[in-house]
Amino acid sequence: MSLVIEELEITLAERSLVAVSRLAVAPGEVVTVMGPSGSGKSTLLAWLSGALDPAFRARGRVTLDGKDVSALPPHRRRIGLLFQDDLLFPHLSVAGNLAFGLPASLRDRRAREARIAAALEEAELGGFGPRDPATLSGGQRARVALLRTLLAEPRALLLDEPFGKLDVALRGRMREFVFERVLRLGIPALMVTHDPADAEAAAGPVLHVAPATPDGG
Amino acid sequence: MTLPRRPLLLAALAAPFASPGATGAQTPGHPLLSAPWDAVLAEARGRPVFFNAWGGDDRTNAFIAWAGGRLRALHGVDLRQVRLRDTAEAVARVVAEKAAGRTSGGSVDMIWINGPNFLAMKQQGLHFGPFVDRLPNARFIDRAGKPSTVVDFTVPVEGLAAPWRMAQVVFIADSTRVPDPPRSMEALVVWARANPGRTTHPNVRNFMGVTFLKQALCEVAPDPAALLRPVTEETLRPAADALWAWYDRLRPHLWRGGRQFPENGPAQRPLMLDGELDLYITFNPSEAAVAIANNQLPPTARPFVLDRGTIGNTSFVSIPFNAANAAAAMVTADFLLSAEAQAYGADPRVLGNPTVLDIAALPPAERARFAALPRNPAILQPEALGRPLQEPHPSWMTRITAEWESRYGR
Amino acid sequence: MLKAAPWLTAGLFLGPIAAGLAGTLLPAFGWLPALGGTTLSLEPWRALLDAPGLGRAVLLTLGTGFAATILSFLLVIAFCAATQGSPLARRAQAALAPLLATPHAALAIGFAFLVAPSGWIARALSPWATGWDRPPDWATVNDPWGIALVAGLTLKEVPYLLLMAFAGLGQVRAAEGMRAAAALGYGPVTGWLKVVLPQLYPQLRLPLYAVLVFSLSVVDVALILGPGAPPTLSALVLRWFADRELTMWFPAAAGALLLLLVVLGAILLWRLGERVAAVLGRRWIAAGGRGGGGVVLGLAAPALMGLLLAANAAALIVLLVWSFAGPWRFPEALPAAFTLATWQAQVPAIAVPATATLAVALAATGLALLLTLACLEAEQRHGLRPGRRALLLIWLPLLLPQIAFLFGWQVALVRLDLDGTMGAVVWTHLLFVLPYVFLSLADPWRALDPRYARGAAALGAGPWRVFLTVKCRLLLRPLLVAAAVGFAVSVGLYLPTLFAGAGRIATLTTEAVTLAAGADRRILGAYAALQALMPLAAYALAVALPTWLHRDRRGMRPA
Repeated sequence: MSLVIEELEITLAERSLVAVSRLAVAPGEVVTVMGPSGSGKSTLLAWLSGALDPAFRARGRVTLDGKDVSALPPHRRRIGLLFQDDLLFPHLSVAGNLAFGLPASLRDRRAREARIAAALEEAELGGFGPRDPATLSGGQRARVALLRTLLAEPRALLLDEPFGKLDVALRGRMREFVFERVLRLGIPALMVTHDPADAEAAAGPVLHVAPATPDGG
Repeated sequence: MTLPRRPLLLAALAAPFASPGATGAQTPGHPLLSAPWDAVLAEARGRPVFFNAWGGDDRTNAFIAWAGGRLRALHGVDLRQVRLRDTAEAVARVVAEKAAGRTSGGSVDMIWINGPNFLAMKQQGLHFGPFVDRLPNARFIDRAGKPSTVVDFTVPVEGLAAPWRMAQVVFIADSTRVPDPPRSMEALVVWARANPGRTTHPNVRNFMGVTFLKQALCEVAPDPAALLRPVTEETLRPAADALWAWYDRLRPHLWRGGRQFPENGPAQRPLMLDGELDLYITFNPSEAAVAIANNQLPPTARPFVLDRGTIGNTSFVSIPFNAANAAAAMVTADFLLSAEAQAYGADPRVLGNPTVLDIAALPPAERARFAALPRNPAILQPEALGRPLQEPHPSWMTRITAEWESRYGR
Repeated sequence: MLKAAPWLTAGLFLGPIAAGLAGTLLPAFGWLPALGGTTLSLEPWRALLDAPGLGRAVLLTLGTGFAATILSFLLVIAFCAATQGSPLARRAQAALAPLLATPHAALAIGFAFLVAPSGWIARALSPWATGWDRPPDWATVNDPWGIALVAGLTLKEVPYLLLMAFAGLGQVRAAEGMRAAAALGYGPVTGWLKVVLPQLYPQLRLPLYAVLVFSLSVVDVALILGPGAPPTLSALVLRWFADRELTMWFPAAAGALLLLLVVLGAILLWRLGERVAAVLGRRWIAAGGRGGGGVVLGLAAPALMGLLLAANAAALIVLLVWSFAGPWRFPEALPAAFTLATWQAQVPAIAVPATATLAVALAATGLALLLTLACLEAEQRHGLRPGRRALLLIWLPLLLPQIAFLFGWQVALVRLDLDGTMGAVVWTHLLFVLPYVFLSLADPWRALDPRYARGAAALGAGPWRVFLTVKCRLLLRPLLVAAAVGFAVSVGLYLPTLFAGAGRIATLTTEAVTLAAGADRRILGAYAALQALMPLAAYALAVALPTWLHRDRRGMRPA
């Protein structure tokens, strides 16, 4: 599986914000996009996930394994998304959050529960299923958020400053946790960050972007 | 269009009525008017009756609620009271529906009515009927002994409305504070001057309030006989001038200096209970007894009447020409005339209203219902009440209200 | 489909208002073919100007409307200035919501029970303090100057304005401004008035207009507490509309239009006042006076507010006391005995309007929620940007005197053969319920972090699943509070029920107002208490249900 962006240009009110002629991410590879705030990184991710605000205009296409997904609505793209904040649903338990990510095609309730339990076990969160997410530590929440994303069986992964809110001590372990899984699952991942250490740990190609215009964003 | 100014407009109402009422029939050929009673009962079963009735008196509301329970049990009729602030609202609704061309399926099935409202509907041909003689219980109405059951405010009813309760003006006084109550409207002025702020009358837009003025009119008008004819400019002036001369002497000594009035009759009860009023007017000879029993008046409240008599009238129910549930309304009107309903209403623990029926004409079993009613010292017996004075023609009421409003309502 | 939601909502909204205004405007100039008015003329206006008491009614309307609005505004400003950042403000906020839910009519009746010459206050003080063994002959309610009306309106409007002020304060970063002012040596009250108030006022402008319009045009409170001869203009117009002589409709329509003009004029006057105050205020700010500690205001404003909240609570309690009272003679402070007799006797009668109240309120609230959610969801999915005009549209029914379009709307309903039906009442209630539901839900809805929805979509959840299982669940609390607000508004509506219900559909409010003219206080107390308790129960449910559902979810507790 690979992710390819071609001939992309995003404009707001006739002003060009993001322009990418071609960017390919190989399976298991993490491409880092670096640039200061206002350089259109988040706009790029929003476009990739299909959630670009209608105020923007976008040309270009994104393919997954050669299939054009540019016209698909967000929930049909199967592009996973991980934010700086874990954004666990506060009204659901840990298991409830994970079940939200698990595809409905897995019907059997026991099988679903087993998958969730296994995923938690593997992330050293065994028995955390019934817990209230609000009672978890920052590192635990970040891991649950990643598990939730991966249980949805994404074909690509977008990481939006994924480690920015974590303690320095936690960051290293979390990077390892994420990148190890990307490699194991063999899915392409695109990470935007302004922390050079993130790019170093990802060990993939790095793309530097500059603000399109002095006050662009 | 030409729109007459208000006084003219009211004068138009007061003009001698003519054609539609002359023959009596306002909905000629209506099948219900010739149907056998069993057919009326059959059509009524399962139907609602939207009874538009002034809702300001909780005792009457409770009586109507009781009647609703009995009607459901006896005839499967669902009586629903539309509680009006003013009966004119229901008349206006019927008139509006006629103007909009709704000649059937109207939203008003029955109205508690008399006086100017009855006349206005009669003049415009808005009553269903004549239906009263189709009601089985109508034969017991005491037409000879209680002429106001067939002539309402000097206007012949002609079977367009069924009587259901008798009313006569009485005054209530707290006997501990008014041992020797005034026996004329003139004496009332003297009493009020000596006891400032201790009596009042309801708002003149309310029928009870204007009745207070009419009671005075009967006493002070130079030509009382003129009151029984439709008002004219010639008859109005001398009578009204005498009335306002009397009223101007009384008003400063009324409760709140005569600048503020209770909204309606029942609103006077708590004022007497609390001790604000010592004396007030009502239309129910049993008011004191019923209200004392319900902790609404002090136990020392007693009714009295005036030496030269007090105004009496009858409450009717009429059915609008376009009523959606005329059959059920007829059944309701008939039930209100039944000995059961009349005896219940005459009970001093309920309404204490004198019946519209001729008790002597009733079968013995029904007569017994009335004999079984408890006696009460706070009820004036018919002999003490005296023969009621006839209500003036409705046009007087309309004109007096309008004059009061332009004199004191600014 | 969803994209049409804003248009559908606007249509449901504008239709009745446009039809209603036209149906009032034409008869005001003599046009009403059903009654024989087929030419345009100024005759209705001549009849209107001839009507006894018109001049005084207009003056009374203006006087009471402005007095109630200015008084409420000053009290709210004084309280906010005196308590900025103190725990008192937080506590007041908690006490406000239930007061806000109380219908105007119930509050007015309770207030009358308190301050009447034979009211609870006089009873509590007699005879030991006052020497009264009979109530004094004082016009403390229905007084010819409308003082009781102003007091009753203020009682109800202050909680509303205060809540709006608290909401506005959250947006203007008042605390930071106050710190900066204090560092420059400004006293707390002066600092608040010079720094926070100018920022806060724009947020209060529309609520203030609504309060002004409401105070100028209210009918039920005016019937209960206002003078009778003459009454305020709105009550006078209502009286003419109910006249059995239908030609009175023409001057009545002209009167309704006059009220609309009075209201528009009052808003213009208020705007003018804003300008003048702004000029004077800028000069005052530029003069640089630091002010003192504001000790007097700091004590007086919370004390006044406390008194007002206590009066609100006492007005509700006295309703309940009367409904359970046995014999209760003046000047006894409490009934001689308490009894269930009133409730037992009234249950069959009260059940009918209570059921109708509940049905109408649930239907109107449900519909309003549905439309509001559809509009907000359409806004987010299709990136619609509602402008200022859309906001004004939402406020429109609250900025017009009800009687100015309800009469015309009733005529339209008769023509559609819908008058007196449940549907007509619900539709008419919707005009007033929807704005409140929309205004209370829009902010939290728009403020929800959009990444929740994006994240859920990235996990494969379709738009409807996101809507139901993420947005609605995360916003359950504001959703239910908005529903409770809508429910309370519907329960309290008098004139809309009266006109659309054609007497056939009576609610606790219409019954209570009818009974307020003179029924036994125990029965009136029962009706008004039930009317007040219904919205309170809805509000309690709106608070309790999410708390119970989310008892194990710390992240779902209110901030």
